[in-house]
Amino acid sequence: MGILTLEGVSQEFGGLLALDDVNLDVEKEKIFGIIGPNGAGKTTLFNIITGIYTPTGGKVKYQEHQINGHPPYDVARMGIGRTFQNIRLFNKLSVLDNVKVGCHGVTKAGFFGALFGLPGERLEEKEITLRSCELLEMVGLYEKKMEYADNLSYGEQRKLEIARALALKPALLLLDEPAAGMNASEKVNLMTFIKEIRNNENLTILLVEHDMNVVMNICEQIAVLDYGRKIADGPPEEVKNDEKVIQSYLGVEA
Amino acid sequence: MNIMDALISQYIDAYYLHIMVLIGINIILALGLNITTGVTGQLSMGHAGFMSIGAYTAAILSVHLALPFWAVLLCGATAAAGFGFLLGLPTLRLEGDYLAMVTIGFAEIIRVFFLNFEPGGKAVGLSGIPEHTTFSLVWVIAIVVIVLNIKLLNSRIGRSFYAIRENEIAAEAAGINTTRLKVLSFMVGAFLAGLGGGLYAHYMTYIAPQDFGFMKSIEFLNMVVLGGMGSIPGTILGTVVLTLAPEMLRIVAEYRLLFYGALLVILMIFRPNGLLGDVRWYDIKKRWFSKEVKTWES
Repeated sequence: MGILTLEGVSQEFGGLLALDDVNLDVEKEKIFGIIGPNGAGKTTLFNIITGIYTPTGGKVKYQEHQINGHPPYDVARMGIGRTFQNIRLFNKLSVLDNVKVGCHGVTKAGFFGALFGLPGERLEEKEITLRSCELLEMVGLYEKKMEYADNLSYGEQRKLEIARALALKPALLLLDEPAAGMNASEKVNLMTFIKEIRNNENLTILLVEHDMNVVMNICEQIAVLDYGRKIADGPPEEVKNDEKVIQSYLGVEA
Repeated sequence: MNIMDALISQYIDAYYLHIMVLIGINIILALGLNITTGVTGQLSMGHAGFMSIGAYTAAILSVHLALPFWAVLLCGATAAAGFGFLLGLPTLRLEGDYLAMVTIGFAEIIRVFFLNFEPGGKAVGLSGIPEHTTFSLVWVIAIVVIVLNIKLLNSRIGRSFYAIRENEIAAEAAGINTTRLKVLSFMVGAFLAGLGGGLYAHYMTYIAPQDFGFMKSIEFLNMVVLGGMGSIPGTILGTVVLTLAPEMLRIVAEYRLLFYGALLVILMIFRPNGLLGDVRWYDIKKRWFSKEVKTWES
């Protein structure tokens, strides 16, 4: 069994069935892609895994524990980091502070520790700063650490989101359309970067992406969603030639 | 501290001293609201309600039980924080305008309660409160509050307050228990309001429910917004400006409120983020000393 398994997950919104009996098995340290036409339920799936929605049916298991029903901050603390399709940064905080906030889930200084500057709290604060700077160095934003997050370019903001998610020391990283709005060379950089962090941090990466070039290049396994159902699951070559996938993307031949 | 007060009162005019004491008390109160509204982004328009809880609790304990001053201050602040906790709970579901409505309603309930509360002297107010609050005491407490505020906002907890204001969903995804921290921010804000209220009661020696009406809450909100949401120096500056303004504007007599309002409008046009809302120490250093600023080595 992999690091993350979904067993018969369904999500209803009123009368709309956004996800219908989806089964997934994500193996450790793989790059797993989820693709599908608009409205197929990809982001809904992410929101279920991270605890924003509680699925109306089925189970989500992470490292053998059932996590559906846990609030998002709890899921994050268990080691699931994520980025968002529409970038959600702390705009009026500095780049460095954005990453520091990301460390929240894996640190524990409390209210009174902060007020009175207890030794343990100071030490932890130093570690947070050090780690945040390292992460910024890694994504190449160290020089801009004192900029406001909303002054960064689009590509940089995406990178900052990844750095913030990595601050959680996650075992599983969820990337929601990481290449959206990037130009060709930025996409190439992103692909090498994603492979790099997977190798360096022993991460499992689950990503939703529309850019087929990116998906086919870096994903080791791909699941295809269409109207809330999983219609294919396998390595890229297999999925590429799957009859149903071609139909859902190109339409049925008349 | 008595000696210090005696010295100070010899050299400084009583009128200026009075204004400076009020500035000190207002700074404590405004910094409380700054944490709830400015930093955490939970729009609270009932700050005077918390202030009155602190003021009445402290005053009643002083007058009826003659407890020591530090004890009544602490009781007042703690009582206010308790109500902050109670009021913080609905914030789990409410945001923005809706939260503002609830806090206004809360402050009104508190005001009407004290209007009918026998030990608090009902509508007549509570008089004969011992005068314990002195200039040096207020400023010692204010400086301690400022220092603790700076420490808090630069800590893990403070950062997560800002994160909640900036983007709640992203904050949760970073492992922040937003519910707990929002309630905490309400409690801290209320605690400081209660502390300020206790000091106020023991300075004026007389309090009445109408001292803590809706306009009082708005006054504190103005200080925070004018100074710059979430900025400690900004809030202090906003408090100084808005406490001084009515005094300075005495020359225009009955047009005072008109000028006060115009001042707010003009400032908000030219500094929409507040006086010091987007000013950072880092930028000032960088511009004035134009050298690489050390930001984290220590």
